[in-house]
Amino acid sequence: MLYREAGQFKASYEADQQIFPILQDRVGVLLLIGFFALAVPLFADQYWLKAILIPVLIFSLAAIGLNILTGYAGQLSLGSAAFMAVGAFGAYNFMLRIDGMPFLVAILLGGLCAAAVGVLFGLPSLRIKGFYLAVATLAAQFFIVWALVKIEWFSNYSSSGVITAQEIEILGFAFDGPVSKYLLTLFVVVVMALLAKNMVRSTTGRMWMAVRDMDVAAEVIGIRLMRTKLTAFAVSSFYCGVAGALYAYTYIGTVEPEGFNLDLSFKILFMIIIGGVGSIMGSFLGAAFIVLLPIALDVTVPVLLGDLVSASFVSNLQLIVFGGLIVFFLIVEPHGLARLWQIGKEKLRLWPFPH
Amino acid sequence: MNLKKTVILGAAVAGLLGSSLAIAAEQFIGLPSYRVGPYAAGGSGIFGGWIDYMQMINERDGGINGVKLAWEECETEYNNARGVECYERLKEKGETGNTVFQPLSTGITYSVLDKVAKDKIPLVTMGYGRTDAADGRVFPYVFPLITTYWSQATTMIKYIAGKEGGTDKLKGKKIALLYHDSAYGKEPHAVLEKMAERYGYELTKIAVAHPGNEQQSQWLQIRQLKPDWVILWGWGVMNPTALKSAAKTGFSREKMLGVWWSGAEEDTVPAGSAAKGFTAAGYNVAGDNYPVIKDIETHVYAKGKGNLEDKSRVGSVYYNRGVVHGLITVEAIRKAQEKYGKGKALTGEQVRWGFENLDLDDKRLADLGATGFLPPLKTSCMDHEGSGRVKYQQWDGSKWNVVTDWIEADKEMVRGMIEESAAAYAKEKGITPRDCSKEM
Repeated sequence: MLYREAGQFKASYEADQQIFPILQDRVGVLLLIGFFALAVPLFADQYWLKAILIPVLIFSLAAIGLNILTGYAGQLSLGSAAFMAVGAFGAYNFMLRIDGMPFLVAILLGGLCAAAVGVLFGLPSLRIKGFYLAVATLAAQFFIVWALVKIEWFSNYSSSGVITAQEIEILGFAFDGPVSKYLLTLFVVVVMALLAKNMVRSTTGRMWMAVRDMDVAAEVIGIRLMRTKLTAFAVSSFYCGVAGALYAYTYIGTVEPEGFNLDLSFKILFMIIIGGVGSIMGSFLGAAFIVLLPIALDVTVPVLLGDLVSASFVSNLQLIVFGGLIVFFLIVEPHGLARLWQIGKEKLRLWPFPH
Repeated sequence: MNLKKTVILGAAVAGLLGSSLAIAAEQFIGLPSYRVGPYAAGGSGIFGGWIDYMQMINERDGGINGVKLAWEECETEYNNARGVECYERLKEKGETGNTVFQPLSTGITYSVLDKVAKDKIPLVTMGYGRTDAADGRVFPYVFPLITTYWSQATTMIKYIAGKEGGTDKLKGKKIALLYHDSAYGKEPHAVLEKMAERYGYELTKIAVAHPGNEQQSQWLQIRQLKPDWVILWGWGVMNPTALKSAAKTGFSREKMLGVWWSGAEEDTVPAGSAAKGFTAAGYNVAGDNYPVIKDIETHVYAKGKGNLEDKSRVGSVYYNRGVVHGLITVEAIRKAQEKYGKGKALTGEQVRWGFENLDLDDKRLADLGATGFLPPLKTSCMDHEGSGRVKYQQWDGSKWNVVTDWIEADKEMVRGMIEESAAAYAKEKGITPRDCSKEM
């Protein structure tokens, strides 16, 4: 009923190779981007922009990064937060040490630093798989955070190891207000998400999926495992790195290496599990779920129960409800929110007259 | 069941109505608390004490000059991103917006450091946070009140010198710093090294990886080194582990000196008898026989309005630290009301002035029933620290006993480092320091 994928015939290769080959998808995505780029800044207040939308966008980007590695290439990683840290500290150092460094170039270079580190820590993936690889990436998580604290050059010899993001200025325009920072984040995230969407249906993406589904078979049909796995690590870490740089520059402002700890890596992993492993849209849904649900609980639970039970109980109850909801979602839909959306679409196709 | 539901709903609705119908002026204080996670013990104690003190002010005095205190908690889970969300959420609440932000987490402090000056909300960090913010010219909105890590490190050396019989006796002594391997643990390095140069003691720095529940190799190193003193710069589970490992290694706990985040009941009780004799710094003391605590007991707990479920924690180190937070916040608001109008709800910008002009001398502390409970405090535009004094407390196996008077920090040395570091920050960020002679 909503719309059908079938029946739209393409007359040219260009039409067939678009990121969104179906007209309604194209219109939908354009409307969505238009809504977030034009309508939201008009109506959302500071709190929504600074504390809700910007982090959701940034974590979506990090989740896309992890999804490329875990969801598409099948390599489990617990180092996403560390790669974010590399991106943040990388961008900071490029901005600091090179005069007149353009901001967008700096975050891309930060992402490239993360990609290089990611490739380095991806090397063990050639030999080890599954949970054992997760342990190897865990080493990256601890090593990188340790190195950023230990080597003072990274934080410009700050006594406490923290870095303060410089002001963002692009072509003379200062991005200092919540609206401009939000729009900048949105721009970077949208561009990179579209790129990711395109990449996963290209040769590279298909090679990743082949390796994920069965690496021996992939090797037999001529896919070079080393190159495929390492590109997955590189691209994934690049995305995480850019997300980290945005985290430092458009969201938090002042970051410390410990902020990028294992908890954050797990959080990003939960995002893709809840959102949908192997889905770009799932990364957005998962990030929104993991970021927003605790906040929603923190706003609603004390109002409902505030005067009846102690504050400690309220805080613990939120965690219990949060955990319970995650378990509930995984039982009801183990393939994540993206799959729910897909089922919803299939159902709507027949609505209101199902078989 | 249905009846119960109805009662709960009714109470919730009544609570909502009650809070929105308040007519008298209210001063709103947003509390970014943490009651879950690894540091929940500290968070619940400190925020519990703080809320109890404000409740006591409302009950006993009817607020500050008639302005009732209102507050709302926001759970940060000690997580930076959640802390920022809480900061933004609490910012606009209440009649005049959030009055003061005190996150009790260095990470969250750094995350909001740049935002507070823009939003004009004072950021108060007692005993943690960014040390060089004590230079009020560069950081007008940040108040590392009472004392900082650097000041504390100098008092530790003073304490050791006192035990050894004078600073000249420090020469050739071996001091080991057992520190939490993080930004927090690295804070005292520069100060202790500088003092080592001056006094000629030998400093060995031994890192413990987070969380620090395994310290075999570190204590092996300490056994080989045979230091005269061990300074424990720990956090959370690292503290009881260090005490237990010291007992196993046979290192005297009397020669172990803890930072104020190592010196609470939560650090010593889990170590059992191994903690006996351990000494730690504190900018507040433990104990419940102070008039201010007695007032909280009569006006809050006797009426069943206490915040803590476990009333026995009243008078513990963390609880009393929370009372200090409440006390200083209330006094800053009181001070600001003197300038901007008594009986009115004030903005964060106005309360900032109150924090900058605090003067809690012995007489005022006696009026507040807190003589000896916290050090006398006097802040100014130049000095956002205000005191720099700590007391040392020793654990006797069941409670903390104060063993020293207030020990003054080596102001001259710390101040120089603070100004140097603040100037570097101002340069990096392009801040022009305020001219303090023009501030009133």
